[in-house]
Amino acid sequence: MTPFTVHTGVAAPLLRENVDTDAIIPSREMRTTGKSGLAPGLFAGWRYQDQSTRTPNPDFILNRPEYHDCSILLAGSNFGCGSSREHAVWALKEFGIRCIIAPSFGAIFANNCVRNGLLPLPLPAQEIAELADRVAQDPQHHRLQIDLKSATLTMAGECSRPISVDSTTRRMLLEGLDAIGLTLQSTDSVQAFITEDRRQRPWAYIAHDSNR
Amino acid sequence: MSGQTAFDKLWAAHAISTDADGSTLLLIDRVFLHERTGAVALESLATAGRPILAPEQAFCTMDHIVDTTLGRSDDTRMPSGGEFIRATRKAALAAGIRLFDLDDPLQGIVHVISPELGIALPGLTVVCPDSHTCTQGALGALAFGIGSSEAEHALATRCLRLQKPRNMRVAFHGALAPGVSAKDMILHLISQHGADGGRGHVVEFSGTAVQNLGMEGRMTLCNMAVEFGAFSGLVAPDDTTIKYVQGRPYAPRGPAWETAVAAWRHLRSDDDAAFDQQIDIDAGSIAPTITWGTSPQHAVAIDQPVPDPASEQDPARTSAMQRALTYMGLTPGTDLRGLPIDAAFIGSCTNSRLSDLRSAAEVLQGRRVAPGVRAICVPGSMSVKRAAEAEGLDTVFRAAGFEWREAGCSMCFFAGGESMGYRERVVSTTNRNFESRQGPETRTHLASPATVAASAVLGRLGAAAEVLRA
Ligand code: SF4
Repeated sequence: MTPFTVHTGVAAPLLRENVDTDAIIPSREMRTTGKSGLAPGLFAGWRYQDQSTRTPNPDFILNRPEYHDCSILLAGSNFGCGSSREHAVWALKEFGIRCIIAPSFGAIFANNCVRNGLLPLPLPAQEIAELADRVAQDPQHHRLQIDLKSATLTMAGECSRPISVDSTTRRMLLEGLDAIGLTLQSTDSVQAFITEDRRQRPWAYIAHDSNR
Repeated sequence: MSGQTAFDKLWAAHAISTDADGSTLLLIDRVFLHERTGAVALESLATAGRPILAPEQAFCTMDHIVDTTLGRSDDTRMPSGGEFIRATRKAALAAGIRLFDLDDPLQGIVHVISPELGIALPGLTVVCPDSHTCTQGALGALAFGIGSSEAEHALATRCLRLQKPRNMRVAFHGALAPGVSAKDMILHLISQHGADGGRGHVVEFSGTAVQNLGMEGRMTLCNMAVEFGAFSGLVAPDDTTIKYVQGRPYAPRGPAWETAVAAWRHLRSDDDAAFDQQIDIDAGSIAPTITWGTSPQHAVAIDQPVPDPASEQDPARTSAMQRALTYMGLTPGTDLRGLPIDAAFIGSCTNSRLSDLRSAAEVLQGRRVAPGVRAICVPGSMSVKRAAEAEGLDTVFRAAGFEWREAGCSMCFFAGGESMGYRERVVSTTNRNFESRQGPETRTHLASPATVAASAVLGRLGAAAEVLRA
């Protein structure tokens, strides 16, 4: 997985609350069983004026020229609520988003972000609103820098502020760790636990030969 | 030291190890997949050369993309749906996991069949790459939705790494008024405390009104814990639970059953257990509830007018409400009961079980759907369908003018295939009223099966009492 260490980019404010994963990637845009080819479907319901011809909606924030090459979203509370579809994160990533800053996140979505090298960064709504105002003045120059190593957020030419990211998330992202690989290192203790657990909770285990 | 909550006990029983920062390796007992997100997880594992550690504890169903019309096949109305179905079948077969395929008599929506077959049990950890996995918490399980990567993780390692969520108790005191159901309880809760009111918590639903619910009502309640923003929801197992589980195909039998029941009896919150948050609700004060907007928190008692965004303090909330009103084609102060509807939908993992169909049929008995209203009933599983037919419910639905379908998610969500019409107003027993969830710009009102049935008859939004009185 791509590590996340320091990232600098154009930020776009999308401050609606409860932006759900159906809005991030509508079901009808999930056409194949794979993880790619999803970027054109990102925010499709809002991004296009006409869904069939894909005529861009000029008002939608990510279509506006001043937010060209945006890689950071400034979002409202409960961002990524709803469906567990990881396609929402795959679409954001393919589009070029590396970090989403919001007062709070849908829990499954936040976890999916970390598994794919995106940083879900919680900040108080007030601070996000201030950042959004500053960004909007000149998005291409008022870029944001997120330094996960030093745990700081900086707007171009201004002083840094500390950010707080829980230590597991931070480590996973900084080192670009593969969660499965990491857990497989604990195979012995997992096996020992299961052996004991089978004695304690025989009812929790389905027999291999059960043919129901 | 204070006692433990039911969730604390579940967590402790599955915690293999905990790091200094609180991140815990948690044992996962069951993994359920479906064709929407299942094939991608299985294929990705196969590509990585990672075997499934306990295939006998993993399951897969076809529910999301399959058609629900009679005589359905792999080739779905959703463009490229067949690709998902075939890929999932191939991957499940190769992985050696039990698949409830299109023509399987046990096929159905994952959160309906998992409890129905005794795959989810009290005291287990159950995961599925589907956000409504919390439904299965009704059994007293720790059941939660995950992404595809985490599904791979659970299949390959039998574990997930998690930070322990906090404890919340939502107690519904007293008795429900007649005609009020579990759906009204959960919509009421979310309307009062917001779509992220449960964030970071496992919510234990308790109180007399919850104890008095049957298992299916408890599933409806827990189903929408995720719409409350919670990590999951659960109800501590009691006699109702144990009676429900006994004899189900995958439930333990013989001596294992006795051991299980003894363990499940302990799975309740201790009297002195500490909750990080507690919400108390007078169940008797809850009326039939319906959503007016595009978030489950946009809900009111059906006899209440559409709220005015100007009365809201929080600016973010005000603008979301304004947006929702525009999308829904509504103005503040409107009486919801006057709104004509285009369609009525009964189904989904929220409300498609036998008791849900019974409650709708009670309203529909001897009545007809209003002219011009399209009405559809989709049983949650083929087992539910057979049981309903055995007691003649299908005849009631059909005679009233409802379509009577095969099991699946159907028009709970729009994937490019069959859907509700453009900007149509739909009253639905589902769980999400998000923009375009049920069709292009479709306007969804979430409500209980009784309210949906009554609205279908009235041709406009309305409560069951209006119909039953007439
Ligand atoms: S019925 Fe609807 S909410 Fe439930 S699993 Fe299917 S698509 Fe998801």
